[in-house]
Amino acid sequence: MAKMKVEEQAKTKARMSGSLMLIEALKAENVEVIFGYPGGAVLPLYDELYKAGVFHVLTRHEQGAIHAAEGYARISGKPGVVIATSGPGATNIVTGLTDAMMDSLPLVVFTGQVATNVIGSDAFQEADVVGITMPITKHNYQVRDISELPKIIKEAFHIATTGRPGPVLIDIPKDVTIAEGEFDYNQDVHLPGYQPTTQPNHWQIRRLVEAVSQSKRPVILAGAGVLHANAADELQQYAEQQNIPVAHTLLGLGGFPADHPLFLGMAGMHGTYAANMALYECDLLINIGARFDDRVTGNLKYFAPKATVAHIDIDPAEIGKNVPTKIPIVSDAKAALQELIEQQGKPADNAAWLAQLNEWKRRFPLHYEPEAGAIKPQKLIEMIYEVTGGEAIVTTDVGQHQMWAAQYYKFNRPNRWVTSGGLGTMGFGLPAAIGAQLADRSATVVSIVGDGGFQMTCQELSVIQELQLPIKVVIVNNQALGMVRQWQELFYDKRYSHSLIPNQPDFVKLAEAYGMPGLRAKTEAEAAEVLKQAFAIDGPVLLDFHVCADENVYPMVAPGKGLHEMVGVKACEELSQ
Amino acid sequence: MRRIITMTVNNRPGVLNRITGLFTKRHYNIESITVGHTEIDGVSRMTFVVNVDDERIAEQIIKQLNKQIDVLKVSDITDQAIVARELALVKVAAAPATRQDIYTLIEPFRASIVDVSKDSLVIQVTGEPEKVEALIELLRPYGIKEVARTGTTAFTRGAQKAGSNQKTAFII
Ligand SMILES: Cc1ncc(C[n+]2csc(CCOP(=O)(O)OP(=O)(O)O)c2C)c(N)n1
Ligand SMILES: [Mg+2]
Repeated sequence: MAKMKVEEQAKTKARMSGSLMLIEALKAENVEVIFGYPGGAVLPLYDELYKAGVFHVLTRHEQGAIHAAEGYARISGKPGVVIATSGPGATNIVTGLTDAMMDSLPLVVFTGQVATNVIGSDAFQEADVVGITMPITKHNYQVRDISELPKIIKEAFHIATTGRPGPVLIDIPKDVTIAEGEFDYNQDVHLPGYQPTTQPNHWQIRRLVEAVSQSKRPVILAGAGVLHANAADELQQYAEQQNIPVAHTLLGLGGFPADHPLFLGMAGMHGTYAANMALYECDLLINIGARFDDRVTGNLKYFAPKATVAHIDIDPAEIGKNVPTKIPIVSDAKAALQELIEQQGKPADNAAWLAQLNEWKRRFPLHYEPEAGAIKPQKLIEMIYEVTGGEAIVTTDVGQHQMWAAQYYKFNRPNRWVTSGGLGTMGFGLPAAIGAQLADRSATVVSIVGDGGFQMTCQELSVIQELQLPIKVVIVNNQALGMVRQWQELFYDKRYSHSLIPNQPDFVKLAEAYGMPGLRAKTEAEAAEVLKQAFAIDGPVLLDFHVCADENVYPMVAPGKGLHEMVGVKACEELSQ
Repeated sequence: MRRIITMTVNNRPGVLNRITGLFTKRHYNIESITVGHTEIDGVSRMTFVVNVDDERIAEQIIKQLNKQIDVLKVSDITDQAIVARELALVKVAAAPATRQDIYTLIEPFRASIVDVSKDSLVIQVTGEPEKVEALIELLRPYGIKEVARTGTTAFTRGAQKAGSNQKTAFII
């Protein structure tokens, strides 16, 4: 910390309580917001927070706190910080930890714990949090002695933010937060078992350059690794230099401009025809920062069957895990792309391939049937795109609305898209929007949620209201657990087992109960009107859109099928539009 | 096939749990584990025997173990020149009439009798797992009452044969 003030430096050698150490450490890490919820085991810590006047957001559920921290991390690139109390407080963050682990989001999470002398006795609000969270954190700690605390916090921030980012949890017994010790935060992190490789192997880079020059049908599949590495510019530069088309994973959206002629759209289960066929027909597949999740590959037996696979990933364990890989490049995406650009390799001879892809893009676009009077959910997303000029930060929940948002909101810039990919966590969208807005105060934030998932974390409307965050909460209300309903329609002979919810509460009244305006629309004309109204208000607004309830997300690669076996693809000449 | 994986780890609370948890999470089957101190303070050595047929899975196991912060070094030493040893204690029924038979039987195994009672003997044997296995099979007809095996512990020999397939961490 070169900029650290003299007085702060002095403090870093002083004796102080564990609670104060934690606060001093957070200051040293330039943490600007904490998301948390108090309780018995963290009372000493909350007392110090009170005295220090640190910016702390009290969510209304610990799950809200951790999803908010994820949204904050996704947009700011900085670690999200969470505090929860022992026992139930800690178990309430389990979903968020798993979500962050799957989607590689840097978090540093502090949980209270019962005092060391009663650990193991099933004391009041005791839970084996280290045991519970071991498989869902990048690393975790229990602080056994005050003398270890500064070192552990420093290591936690280092581990969370370097290599493949992820959540790190520190469990702190109550007596450790009270005990006094010497606070020295200027020590170096020494972790011989943790040395991530960030620079590419030159020989492998040259192999890739060679493979590109030989290729006739190359394609790039770009994932969130590009965003974590801050490498969107390099991706575009490289793709343009080599004239290679780009498809995105769900989490990668925004890494490459959606309006770029080389962009093919999202690949995978609900990907575009052009992106999925490109992955099927390519002879060279360059995966940059994606982990070949089953939602993007479909049945592995038919995945990229004609391709040589190159994979750039900071996590060596992802390479070759699902897809046999000829050219493995363990590296930070930015470093690898920079080196690839510098090599100025001979571009592929792929004019015929690009012509073919452009024809697919033109002939088989995303499509839906307009319906007079009603609100088509896809149209709703397009309208939101229009009214926000395509510049909003969009957070989503999980389900059909998430897929429509991914398909129809065209992200031209990185770090505008916050969604739960790997875990697919309903309840993510609303709290994530809080964190996203706090990470970028001047951004327009739209939280697009389903009527189902919204109710899993809707208590966080309180926080939005309290902080007067100008978030626009858009409920895509299909009176159903739409994605479940879709699968039941397609694969279970329309037996809608527990997926239809015709008696949803009055969301407009709910918004009003939380002290914010609520608006409702049931037709396209009304939708246009309420969107205009809502975005004219400089404050939070909840919008309840009653959309066509039986709409399905297409195209679709059914489970067990290959990417080339999409259903719901139509040629543009067949469309009524 | 049986693979022998050795690793050095930070001797921290929960580290064994971390490793076995990883095996459970990823559905890898552990045949045996041994853990103990090394010559370095604060560093323990673990030896795993796992059953994997798929090369890809074997590679994944190593990579996933390597990702653990407390794991310092992982090696799959299956295809190297190694020393692998196991210890077993076998309690076998021994009437006065069969006792001498058993003594003769265990001799070539350099096993020893570590406890004698009215109707049983406890035999201690150390060696390669196959040897331990063989002795147990030979003792079975006499009536085995209890077996306790430590599992394999191993490391590479000081000198590797030239051209032996040295397969430590996967080089990428
Ligand atoms: C916590 C959680 N529980 C269950 C699911 C399974 N699930 C996936 S999508 C979905 C339906 C979501 O309904 P809604 O929020 O209304 O969104 P829609 O699909 O209707 O747009 C369900 C239940 C999940 N992803 N997360
Ligand atoms: Mg719904």
